Amino acid sequence: MTNPIDIAAKATPAPVARRVRGLSDRAIAWIFVTPTIFLLLAINIFPLIWTVRLSFTNYAANRPGREVEWVGLRNYTRILTDAGTWENMQTTAHFLIWTIVLQVVIGFTLAWLINRKFKGNDLLTTLIVIPMMLSPAVVGNFWTFLYQPQIGLFNYVVELVTGTPASSFSMLGPGGLAKWSIIIVDTWMWTPFVMLICLAGLRSIPDYIYEAAEVDRASKWRQFWTITVPMVLPFLMLAVLFRGIENFKMFDMVVLLTGGGPGNETLLASIDLKREAFEKWRTGYSSAYAIILFVTVFGLASIYVKALNKVKER
Amino acid sequence: MSAYSVTEPTRSSKWFAGLLVVAYTIITLLPLVWIIATGFKSGPDSISYPPKVVFEPSLEGYVNLFTTRTRIASDDFAALPPPETWYDQIVRDTGMVIAGQSRFGERFMNSVIIGFGSTFLSIFLGTLAAYAFSRFKVPLKDDLLFFILSTRMMPPIAVAIPIYLMYRELGLSDTHLGMILLYTAVNISLAVWLLKGFIDEIPREYEEAALIDGYTRFQAFRKVVLPQAATGIASTAIFCLIFAWNEYAFAVLLTSGNAQTAPPFIPTIIGVGGQDWPAVAAGATLFLLPVMIFTILLRKHLLRGITFGAVRK
Repeated sequence: MTNPIDIAAKATPAPVARRVRGLSDRAIAWIFVTPTIFLLLAINIFPLIWTVRLSFTNYAANRPGREVEWVGLRNYTRILTDAGTWENMQTTAHFLIWTIVLQVVIGFTLAWLINRKFKGNDLLTTLIVIPMMLSPAVVGNFWTFLYQPQIGLFNYVVELVTGTPASSFSMLGPGGLAKWSIIIVDTWMWTPFVMLICLAGLRSIPDYIYEAAEVDRASKWRQFWTITVPMVLPFLMLAVLFRGIENFKMFDMVVLLTGGGPGNETLLASIDLKREAFEKWRTGYSSAYAIILFVTVFGLASIYVKALNKVKER
Repeated sequence: MSAYSVTEPTRSSKWFAGLLVVAYTIITLLPLVWIIATGFKSGPDSISYPPKVVFEPSLEGYVNLFTTRTRIASDDFAALPPPETWYDQIVRDTGMVIAGQSRFGERFMNSVIIGFGSTFLSIFLGTLAAYAFSRFKVPLKDDLLFFILSTRMMPPIAVAIPIYLMYRELGLSDTHLGMILLYTAVNISLAVWLLKGFIDEIPREYEEAALIDGYTRFQAFRKVVLPQAATGIASTAIFCLIFAWNEYAFAVLLTSGNAQTAPPFIPTIIGVGGQDWPAVAAGATLFLLPVMIFTILLRKHLLRGITFGAVRK
């Protein structure tokens, strides 16, 4: 054992040998990814394929004994030619457009104000974001209390500010206000979301760009439109697409606030879908409906991922 | 006087901005403060008009939340022995007696079990997948990542129909296990995307050094990467927990009794002659409070969580 080569060999660790002893990287990659993919296949993709299959039948889940017939594309043609569907789509679009407009305007303004970096802006930001983390169902439920025409806080505040008697209008009753009631609650909840993303956008703009603009004697107004807005725009797009997708699927908050009523005034597509599927039990028909909605959201989602990559590249 | 800077806002603009933001904060928190306050009002105070800002605090709402009560004939009521506990007293004052426990405690526990169960599972599976996506050449990586994200875009009702049928066949309807698996499947997309971002930020050199020191890949993952990713894992877990905690659509469609969580339960709290608002408010307060606390803890990672890791600060 006095041979210097032996000593050197002993002192040298054998990383290569040990690396081979463990699993290969390839094997680990598979072992790590497979459970996730399997779970998603079982609980997302398999049901989705099942929905597609059901959408070509007249199956009704509450009558398992009945013979199931293939109806081809009949469910799809019925949905797309039904006037009710288009009314729901309009209701959904009204909700979608107004919530996005209000949230972008208020959210961006707030972010812009917070970016003045006054004392305590961190604390206020944290307080402002609280509503968006709360359960939409519980939020919808407690806003029905705030919206009570006789006793609710909302009507009382409106009376204080505008002088309109509190009992003269009902946000959730007939009279056309219901579709605004859901927009108000959604805006209350999700404006902070747009605000946070805009704030990140504003903070990503390096100071030297403004300094250069100042040297060039660009007015503050011009700086705002030629620097601030274009630099924040990709972030804003991201926020809009997020809100668009989420509100297209909107179910929980609205179902507890208005339940789609009064009449069909706030019947968003997903609430209509729930009625068809779990109240009228037209499983085949509602499966086709679900597929139509999913394809629409999926289209939005692919645009979203493209925008997301653009933001990430910056 | 400090050095002149073109990018530093002026004093007056700071004041003005601060004032407006404070005003917004007050308005936006008002509904929440009102709900918390309503939980401590007595029944008549909660529905008085004009709304009572100053009121005598009462625990009636909280007692009602946890109990069921009945009205009994006035002769029997007068003949009752004096109340034994403070909550007995509160119920007696409203002219009723306690009949038993309500189901709120049970539903709340279901929320806890399903929330933590699904969070644990999503984090466990998500961390493994995120590490693989971050470090290895996975075939079709981008497609798989997009696929994982796209599952989050599905309207819950669209998959609820077959899941309802599938769970009926497998005996998973209205069970904790069924809900845990379902919420894991929904949350895992968020977990993978967020955790991949956090793991991407850990320099590869650490692991490579460990590999050279003789660690196996798996040991390097466990002893080097996991501790480094701890903060990221913790904040991802809170996001998963909040989602599972808040979820309503699946809960209301797939559970009815045994495994029902709190969100479908709270709106069904009714008292004698209309909704018992103090009890609803008390339930909402107890349910929302943990989320408010978590939000404050999470504030540094909030942006990242809500954008699936797309925007980092």
